[in-house]
Amino acid sequence: MVLLTLMAAITIGIVRIRNLFGVVVLSGIYSFLMASVMIVLDAVDVAMTEAAIGAGISTVLMLGALYLTKTHESDPIHSQIPALFIAIVIAGVLVFGTLDLPPFGEATNPIHLNVANYYLENSIKQTTVPNVVTSVLASYRGFDTLGETAVVFTAGIGVLMLLRGRRKSKAAKDQERQNEA
Amino acid sequence: MEFSKEIIANYNNWVTIFLMVSGLYIVVARGNMVKKLVGLSLFQTSVYLLYLSPGKILGGTPPIIAEGFTVYSNPLPHVLMLTAIVVGVATLSLGLALTVRINEEFGTIEEDEIFAKGDDQ
Repeated sequence: MVLLTLMAAITIGIVRIRNLFGVVVLSGIYSFLMASVMIVLDAVDVAMTEAAIGAGISTVLMLGALYLTKTHESDPIHSQIPALFIAIVIAGVLVFGTLDLPPFGEATNPIHLNVANYYLENSIKQTTVPNVVTSVLASYRGFDTLGETAVVFTAGIGVLMLLRGRRKSKAAKDQERQNEA
Repeated sequence: MEFSKEIIANYNNWVTIFLMVSGLYIVVARGNMVKKLVGLSLFQTSVYLLYLSPGKILGGTPPIIAEGFTVYSNPLPHVLMLTAIVVGVATLSLGLALTVRINEEFGTIEEDEIFAKGDDQ
């Protein structure tokens, strides 16, 4: 509960701060807090991934992008009220939806009564892997993970193409300048 | 008394909703593209929380089979969110690469300034 409150506070910081460097550092802290919350929620694998990817790689990527662009955000020229209105309305609808959710953390909730027990009972027998998350990810739903790697591969190709074009255009501009001189 | 019980029971859901909505607000209201991407990832992490918190069983342990434990939290949301995190960082890197290219082309990453330049031409 304390962690969640801290996270909410940091979110307010992210919304308000205009120095993008500060925003990126705050989002790194936010990811670490999120990882701690995940450990409390028994999701240890996810917490490890979030700490490595959310707090590590994402922060590095953002800092790299800031190095190549600008680190300060200019003040908005439009009114913020429509956006605030949309946000508050959606929040109200969602909070109304939570009132009918099943209680937190009970074993009889509908989510725990379907396939999850099958995986928990048969993981050792069928795959000999004690970590159920790993066995579902790599064995039962291995095709999904293959699709996921395809997505990451595509994104990697996209980034490479975008940034290689950049280097080329820079070289072309230098060439033009030399020709002019 | 009834209401305070309600608050405690729904606290994680409400924080999730707050994070989600503030991510949405950043995406809609802020013109800076890096800030927009931060807002997008804020939204995304709130979805992780939305999936993981119903999977928890009070008194349960992480879903790693071991002797002496009988109650395990639900492993399926964990698997889904692992995939989501990895795909999230892929899309984030693609967005940042696009931002860098936009900065090269227009000299700015503010949406309003880019629109103004487009009108001039």
